[in-house]
Amino acid sequence: MLQENETTAEARRHMAVCNSCRYCESYCAVFPAMTMRREFSTGDLTHLANLCHGCKGCYHACQYAPPHEFGINLPVTFAEIRAQSYAHYAWPRAMGTLFERNGTVVTLAAALGVTLVLLLTMALVDPSILYTAQRGEGAFFRVIPMWLMVTLAGGTFGYAIIAMLIGGIRYWREVGGGAPAPGPILDTAVDIITLRNLGGGGHGCNDVDDGFSSQKRWMHQAMFFGFMMCFAATTSGAFYHHFLGLRSPHPFWSLPVQLGTWGGVLLCLGTAGLIRLKIITDPVPVAKRLVGGEYAMLSLLFLVSATGLLLLVVRHTGAMGVMLALHLGLVLALFVALPYSKMVHGVYRGLALWRHAREKRGGGMVAAE
Amino acid sequence: MVDLTRVWDVMVAGGGNAALCAAITARRAGASVLLVEHAPRSMRGGNSRHTRNLRALHPAPTDVLTETYLEEEYWDDLLRVTGGKTNEDLARMCIRASQHAPDFLKSCGVVFQPSLSGTLSLSRTNAFFLGGGKALVNALYRTAEQLGIGILYDTEVQHIEVQDGFATEAIISHHGFPERVRFKALIASSGGFQANRDWLRKYWGDAADNFQIRGTPYAQGRVLRDLLDQGVHEVGDPTQFHAVANDARAPMEDGGLAMRLDCVPFAVVVNRDVERFYDEGEDVWPKRYAIWGRLIAQQPGQVAFAVTDSKALHNYLPSVFPPYKANSIAELAGMAGIDAGKLEKVIADYNAAVRPGTFQPMKPDDCRTEGLTPPKSHWARLIDTPPYYCHPLKPGITFTFLGVKVNDRARVIMADGKPSANMFASGEVMAGNILGQGYLAGFGMTIGTVFGRLAGEEAARNVRN
Repeated sequence: MLQENETTAEARRHMAVCNSCRYCESYCAVFPAMTMRREFSTGDLTHLANLCHGCKGCYHACQYAPPHEFGINLPVTFAEIRAQSYAHYAWPRAMGTLFERNGTVVTLAAALGVTLVLLLTMALVDPSILYTAQRGEGAFFRVIPMWLMVTLAGGTFGYAIIAMLIGGIRYWREVGGGAPAPGPILDTAVDIITLRNLGGGGHGCNDVDDGFSSQKRWMHQAMFFGFMMCFAATTSGAFYHHFLGLRSPHPFWSLPVQLGTWGGVLLCLGTAGLIRLKIITDPVPVAKRLVGGEYAMLSLLFLVSATGLLLLVVRHTGAMGVMLALHLGLVLALFVALPYSKMVHGVYRGLALWRHAREKRGGGMVAAE
Repeated sequence: MVDLTRVWDVMVAGGGNAALCAAITARRAGASVLLVEHAPRSMRGGNSRHTRNLRALHPAPTDVLTETYLEEEYWDDLLRVTGGKTNEDLARMCIRASQHAPDFLKSCGVVFQPSLSGTLSLSRTNAFFLGGGKALVNALYRTAEQLGIGILYDTEVQHIEVQDGFATEAIISHHGFPERVRFKALIASSGGFQANRDWLRKYWGDAADNFQIRGTPYAQGRVLRDLLDQGVHEVGDPTQFHAVANDARAPMEDGGLAMRLDCVPFAVVVNRDVERFYDEGEDVWPKRYAIWGRLIAQQPGQVAFAVTDSKALHNYLPSVFPPYKANSIAELAGMAGIDAGKLEKVIADYNAAVRPGTFQPMKPDDCRTEGLTPPKSHWARLIDTPPYYCHPLKPGITFTFLGVKVNDRARVIMADGKPSANMFASGEVMAGNILGQGYLAGFGMTIGTVFGRLAGEEAARNVRN
């Protein structure tokens, strides 16, 4: 369980005010979940913080927001608790410190990933191949041997999945999610796919200021589905390779390239849009300490997708070798940073939504009060 | 940049819902409008910032209101809380016009919560603003900005120059600098004077120092005083205000709704001298809100203590500040700083008088005392299950009843009975025309919206003619 600290005390103070006011009850899942409780353990606070999507509706509507002496600013307080929970549930535990200066960590990972792959490529590949146009079946593997690609990518991605899985399990147990019975998976899936909690009931949320918009919701889902399509592109590519005997590069109209292309476009648009929103948004309901890590991860995702698209453009030219190394270096960095970055929010947010769906269905809290 | 050299068609004094509805309506009718708000931008909106809903007549269910709420029932509700201290013509006009208030506000970008039948006790009669009053205020200001209404924050209207019922100009303090605003029509939407302790002190003496002001500290009543001093007809009892039982530890100003405590019906309430002074179980919500503030204001030190036990803790809304909690009544009295022996006796006498009944928290039940003075006529249960709890209470003032007299076109009436040539009023500053005493949940916002629209319309028409 998260240690009691200044932030949890501050969150509890916030809950005392919010639970007496309740004006925000129709904004998102956090407030009905709060209303089910009168006392807030650190587990409860962790749950509510991870349920919060950071839409900032409650801040802009708050009669007690700063400069009121109560200084209620739930988006910042919950963001801090979320960050603490990411660090606390990191696996292995010692790696939790990577959330401290996460912007630096993710940026370093990107720099090192790119450098490592570029150097390895230069060391391992004959320059006459690296800088000349490579065509036909297995062109990519002539630049970076398949065994290396699979080992590095598979190893780091597998590790990330395991680390995030262990983090999720520890989170669920400690926060008090109750027995992992199959519960309302469908509701949870709908919440995740539609980002209902960023909808404000139809009119949108406060992306920039006290006006309503749905930009963050759209941009996030462009990024999310873009990411998923890129993942599907890789998976279908592997399927083509191992089961259909079709070797990359695949033709433009093939499934892996189509998924990758449009996924990459969505990922670029989504991440660029989210970065833009972060720059222009009212800074008061934003936890400044944490934006570094968010900018770094969004930028990394943008670069991964942008280099992926560029690779498509130059894949039949002599620039392919370096572009491939650059792209895979960034992908490697993404996989390495995955369990120690903002990306883990997906795991805990998903679990919080699932728990909330269960509590709603049960008409109250699952865990004993 | 707001131009203070020009002559504005309409100047609106105030920055809450009533002011914004007036400003937007006048602007939509073609007038140039300057809105002068005393508070800084972050604290704008007057008491509207703390509100949550508006009471609206509706002959059929709407997207934001359930069932029906017709004129006669609305009027009966108003008559009951005001005890007849109202103006029937104005009140009925306001009630009828309230039907269109939600749609008007929606046209200004205000979002309402979808009606949820049964979950809120007021969802039949009152339409709830999504996110509450500050969200409403934000939406109205955005609309005002888009319409090109001039807005001055941090600007106090200090004096209106009135000659023979005709207002010519205003002296304002803009970020502390004196300025002059010329206009063709004035709309006063500047609220009551509840945050002006010196004024309250005139009627309440030193007790005024112990009153908590629930809403904006900018309700100084300066425009109200200024207009009354210049021959505007006064309405409402100047000594009276609406007040609720607040947490005694709340901020002295701007604590808002969350400071109110609704534990009284489930508690025994004593004053500083550890004496009960009123039937805690007299009536059902919401009337009890309206009476307990004034009752406590009349007690020594303007303070009271609500004592409950662990049985009652979940019958009322959680309080922001935790109650005193102890395993004995004597210890509890020590924490509250009142006489332990006396409190033990009060609780013992009360417990001895409690008669068995079936406890029903949501409606007046048959749990009552016998042979106790004053009695507790409902929700009287034994206070015998530790831990015991004590909530310290003080009066929290919502608004004052004194105002300027208006006619059914929101036009200000002069003391000689003649309508002013170019002054109009909306909101708390004229609510006393309709609410002579008491309060009906959400009716303040209704008056503000209805009279704001009227004042805006009439002021714009006045300017055109």
